[in-house]
Amino acid sequence: MVVTADDGLDPGLITWEETVPGGAYWSRKIKRGTTLRIVDLEGGQGVSLLCYNADNPIERYNAADTVKIQFGIFLGIGKVLYSDMGRVLFSITGETTGGAFDTLGGASNPASSTQKYGEGDWRDTRSNLINALAKHDLGKRDIVPNLNLFARVAVEEDGGLTFQERAKAGGYIDLRAEMNVLVVISNTPHVLHPSPTYRPTPVRVVVWNSPPPAPGDPCRTGCPEAVRGFENTDALFV
Amino acid sequence: MVATALQGIDPQRVVYDEVLAARRPWSHVVEQGQILRIVDLGGNQAVDFLVYNAADYSERYSAPDTIRLQGNIFLTTGSRLYSNDGGVLMTIVGDSVGRHDTSGGACSCESNSVRFGLDKKYQHACVENFLAALSRYGMGKRDLVSNINFFMNVPVSRDGTLEIVDGISEPGSTVDLRAEMNALVVISNCPQMNNPCNGYNPTPIRLVIWAPPAPAARR
Repeated sequence: MVVTADDGLDPGLITWEETVPGGAYWSRKIKRGTTLRIVDLEGGQGVSLLCYNADNPIERYNAADTVKIQFGIFLGIGKVLYSDMGRVLFSITGETTGGAFDTLGGASNPASSTQKYGEGDWRDTRSNLINALAKHDLGKRDIVPNLNLFARVAVEEDGGLTFQERAKAGGYIDLRAEMNVLVVISNTPHVLHPSPTYRPTPVRVVVWNSPPPAPGDPCRTGCPEAVRGFENTDALFV
Repeated sequence: MVATALQGIDPQRVVYDEVLAARRPWSHVVEQGQILRIVDLGGNQAVDFLVYNAADYSERYSAPDTIRLQGNIFLTTGSRLYSNDGGVLMTIVGDSVGRHDTSGGACSCESNSVRFGLDKKYQHACVENFLAALSRYGMGKRDLVSNINFFMNVPVSRDGTLEIVDGISEPGSTVDLRAEMNALVVISNCPQMNNPCNGYNPTPIRLVIWAPPAPAARR
């Protein structure tokens, strides 16, 4: 069964579509004003994401600023992904997962995969990120704490972590590029996913020409911090 | 219970003891086995902290790996500071406060402009301190990752709310870190004046490094 990845999208707006197999990595430059939809086709075990200013990759996603500026570790519609330069890389303009974003858990690596799945030829997030970044002349030094999609990690009162399963077939997230963004994803299980079975499943990536933000766009105007973040961002393009 | 700054340390074994003024950067290699004590002299002062393998700077502190491997977002006695390569850089062997933050990151001119007003981007910030310190080792912005904030209080609730609130450290509060490899420690004695992380008043800290006694010889 194939879930429609372009649910509600005018096919004439789609500029790129591709299926990324389970375990694989993928990267692309997404132009300002277009939107990247990532569709969890079968309800897999998570997708890890890093993003950079495509025109100057020294500017990159900053997990700490993203949670600190927005006063919360859970992202959702109306929230944005901040760079380390006080600007916005992506706005979250749509999603069907009920806020299945993890900003704290980080990336799997060969050791964590072996610990969870035993010896085997597992594709892990960190190795995928290194290979993906290498093809853009970036590398280990450019790996910062990443964002995880289709997974949610709550913090208990004592600071402990709880993984909350949120993946479902056909769930998707829309990320509107607010600058030209280099996005890198690793379609590998979330490092805290409780399943001892390695089961990454394909995701569909769709890039589409989204409409310009309306004057009252919630991502741009939802709070004074957002207004200032976009003032900084839009200054790149004047 | 607040310890006096040198409590439990044999003065003969102290190899470094300096006061770092408010708002200033600091860096030093703590050799394997040595212990670094950070003393919050005035109380309620955020100490932004990064650590690298002194023999290979591409190995550096990883906040997500540290959080994941200890199953908790707060750091305290017994917490190991894991690297991006799965190594242990340092271990917290003493803590008079109870918990420290590694989710909130460092202030920067740019994030200050978003959080507090566009005019705030010309204020001094931790990232400026980190860059000044890292430049002495041939490192730069690409080498910045999410850091530790000692003495900073950043609670996260089950509904995901995160905020920086009044500190829980008092004048004389300490944290002790044992180096598990030769560790390049970089500190920004946080200059932030716009939120409670420093009680709106950055203050000095004291940094003491000592070498523990060698294990007793076998008879």
